[in-house]
Amino acid sequence: MNVVANKTDLKVVGTRPIRPDGVDKVTGRATFGADFFLPGMLVGRIKRSPHAHAKIIKIDATKALAHPGVKAVVTSADFPNIPSEEAFVGEGPTNFRDLSRNCLARDKVLYEGHAVAGIAALTAEAAEAALDLIEVTYEVLPHVIDVEDAMADNAPILHDDIFTQGVDPKPTKASNVAKRVQFAKGDIAAGFAQADVIIEGRYTTQPVHQAYIEPHACVVSVAADGQSTVWCSSQGQFMVRAFTSKVLGVDMSSIRVTPAEIGGGFGGKTLVYLEPVAYALSRQCGKPVKMVMSREEVFRASGPTSGGTVEVKIGAKNDGTIVAADVVLKFQAGAFAGSPVAPGAMCCLAMYDLEHARVVGYDVVSNRPKVAAYRAPGAPISTFGVECAVDELARKLNMDPIELRLKNAAKNGTKAVYGPTLTNIGLIETLEAAKNSAHYKIPLGKNQGRGIATGFWFNIGGESSATIHINEDGTAVVATGSPDIGGSRASMAMMAAETLGIPYDKVRAIVADTSSVGFTFVTGGSRVTFATGMATVQATENVIGQLRQRAAMIWDIPVDAVEWKDGEAVPAGSNAGKFPPLTLADIALKAARTGGPIVAESAVNAQGAGPGFATHICDVEVDPETGYTQILRYTSIQDVGRAIHPSYVEGQIQGGAVQGIGWALNEEYVYDKNGKLDNASFLDYRVPVASDLPMIDAILVEVPNPRHPYGVKGVGEVPIVPPMAAVSNAVRGAIGIRMPDLPINPPKVRAAIDAK
Amino acid sequence: MSKIHVTATINGEVAEFLAEPSQSLLDALRDNLRLTGSKEGCGTGDCGACSVMVDGRLMCSCLMLAPEAQGKSIVTVEGIANGEKLHPVQQKFLEHAALQCGFCTPGLIVAAKALLDRTLEPTDTEIRYWLAGNLCRCTGYDKIVRAVQDAAAELRAAR
Ligand code: FES
Ligand code: FES
Repeated sequence: MNVVANKTDLKVVGTRPIRPDGVDKVTGRATFGADFFLPGMLVGRIKRSPHAHAKIIKIDATKALAHPGVKAVVTSADFPNIPSEEAFVGEGPTNFRDLSRNCLARDKVLYEGHAVAGIAALTAEAAEAALDLIEVTYEVLPHVIDVEDAMADNAPILHDDIFTQGVDPKPTKASNVAKRVQFAKGDIAAGFAQADVIIEGRYTTQPVHQAYIEPHACVVSVAADGQSTVWCSSQGQFMVRAFTSKVLGVDMSSIRVTPAEIGGGFGGKTLVYLEPVAYALSRQCGKPVKMVMSREEVFRASGPTSGGTVEVKIGAKNDGTIVAADVVLKFQAGAFAGSPVAPGAMCCLAMYDLEHARVVGYDVVSNRPKVAAYRAPGAPISTFGVECAVDELARKLNMDPIELRLKNAAKNGTKAVYGPTLTNIGLIETLEAAKNSAHYKIPLGKNQGRGIATGFWFNIGGESSATIHINEDGTAVVATGSPDIGGSRASMAMMAAETLGIPYDKVRAIVADTSSVGFTFVTGGSRVTFATGMATVQATENVIGQLRQRAAMIWDIPVDAVEWKDGEAVPAGSNAGKFPPLTLADIALKAARTGGPIVAESAVNAQGAGPGFATHICDVEVDPETGYTQILRYTSIQDVGRAIHPSYVEGQIQGGAVQGIGWALNEEYVYDKNGKLDNASFLDYRVPVASDLPMIDAILVEVPNPRHPYGVKGVGEVPIVPPMAAVSNAVRGAIGIRMPDLPINPPKVRAAIDAK
Repeated sequence: MSKIHVTATINGEVAEFLAEPSQSLLDALRDNLRLTGSKEGCGTGDCGACSVMVDGRLMCSCLMLAPEAQGKSIVTVEGIANGEKLHPVQQKFLEHAALQCGFCTPGLIVAAKALLDRTLEPTDTEIRYWLAGNLCRCTGYDKIVRAVQDAAAELRAAR
């Protein structure tokens, strides 16, 4: 452990084999959340609020229950009224009380689409018809949608028990500002006093949805003795178990969650919406209940990430040295407290080696769906502002934007504004690779511009479990608790095969249910290849220890006289050459005579995920007639530590960049004056489609992480951090105007050109 | 309202089912025939995850009523491979890692094959416009376009 193998010694790691679940996914055999059926299964639906903010006076389900085919109706009265309690189960702190009230509203509805009741019926038609028969009496309240309106003194208050945390003295008046956070270093007044130039800007981003193509789906079956089984698509079967158990107040051991294939999540499936409701329905009627959200429900009631305001002030010397930075962030949390403003604050200056800096963040509730994690939660929003401001600084100083960043780049030993000292980081390597890339040298034409931006995400470790079984024929199965969202079964099998010294196709990796493998934290935070990979490698090393023991028994020599080499046990030391090597298959065949099945486990709380840095280059052409921005070229350069399966690493980088391009150019939540979402469909929300885009070049920089056996750092989140600034900076170059407010859509660009 | 008896050829086999008059073909395929390879990403014709071939034409099965399938020949993702032998589009999706979560993949496989049934010399731009109705949120489309090009090249070579 803790030895990064020399890259040239690797046989499997770094190759591009076909993923174990691949054939199922190209033939339609793979079973996703909505693809599961049980005998006698009912169809569940959710009744949702038509109001942005209202008191629930009464819910009357009498008529609905009398409708033919209807078997159960549940409301928040079917959940225990649990107290406020925070825990770190999903991809950020979660308050169980709020989670419960997001699954089914209690007392008040806080956004249009907020769930108020669940219904189960024999058919979808019956369930849908009966939804209208559930009578809900509301008292409509004034609502507030935008973050700065929600911070205003006279704003309608969503929760009378929110008193801004993190300010002294503790406020006496309830507020929509749930929290103030601050990270600081040095003395910013002294820093700005040294500045020759100061750049100030205000930048805004809109809430955007993760827009995974698979809507949330589950089947829940509760038996008469209270034992239950959940089949669902999520980023963590253990997360689903923990949340369901908390919301229903039942023992964890009574719930078994089997992970389905997951059709995308990007952070949006690190919490539950349907499972507790389906559980309550199934418990009420004694039948399995399937619930699947429609796309409209996904938009109205799940996700998205925060919209935010980013105020940035940066001071620098004439030679480009940044002497101070001051950032204020205001993030929408949605209906309940808990925006990703803290990670946003921590990440946005981490690319720079700064002596004097401060980031203040506000977490603000408003009448929108509660935000969920979205890829590097918070960082893309805050970094958008900072990287636009740094671009303005480069322009003011007439410096190349890469040179300016190289001059100030965080390096090994830099103490980040948010606290830790960074080590083994590869930011400078990504900047150098950008500078030397073919892309950076391509000349630009008329109406074209080039933008540079960098980004940072922590990458996390945490708890993971893995079990490895050596089968009777010498093949192996690796079971982990991490849902495979983008090829992680392939990387687990590859790391196990590499460690065992056997071919990749002799190892099968699976994702196990909550009763079959040890606790594993969600697939999120860019942690799976790092932390679950570490558990897999450790379990494999443990099994190798057993295999050496078995060989020692067969040969009747001491175990330390047996070495494991290239998939075989070989006698070593004074016994070298005495016996022919024993293959995995030879040992497996004799397992019964040497102590029984050969199985090993590992459970880790992995520490030391290497920080992730990226530099992106974006070229655009803006049509001055229409204001349309075409992405001409896009290159993402990222320090990945080491790529286990480079194709899937590139895929993460390309996919993240394109989500960022959508965020930059056209995605947003549009509300009408009644606080209703106006664009709750793929047609009106419009994520990037194939014809919008060029190829996305991914350049992998490998600065190995010494804390992982194969040097892995984590990959999936940094790719979405730089794109919005890269696009805005490119548009700035093309039209000579800063577009500080996302999305940079044609009407806005056209208006900006006209106003010039 | 009573159900409608529908007879159609599905992936080369005659299939009979009872459909609600208002049921979509997608729901009939998935719920009645348990052909769950076709996915519902939106139900409104905007994502392409439900793409199937109907009498040789690429369609969103969520936009077609199940009773309209009467007498038609339908090919779903389950019918693209030739027994155990994957179609080149399927094989190239695997080799190029043109899927991450794989939820968009059935629709993309059906749509990409439909393109290659029409032409084996598509440009990148043609591929991108042909597939513009198939949303993929994971890959950024880069590897998908490469996989389709590679499948076209293989089919050209085999011609
Ligand atoms: S489900 Fe048919 S197009 Fe989306
Ligand atoms: S691979 Fe996930 S949506 Fe395309």
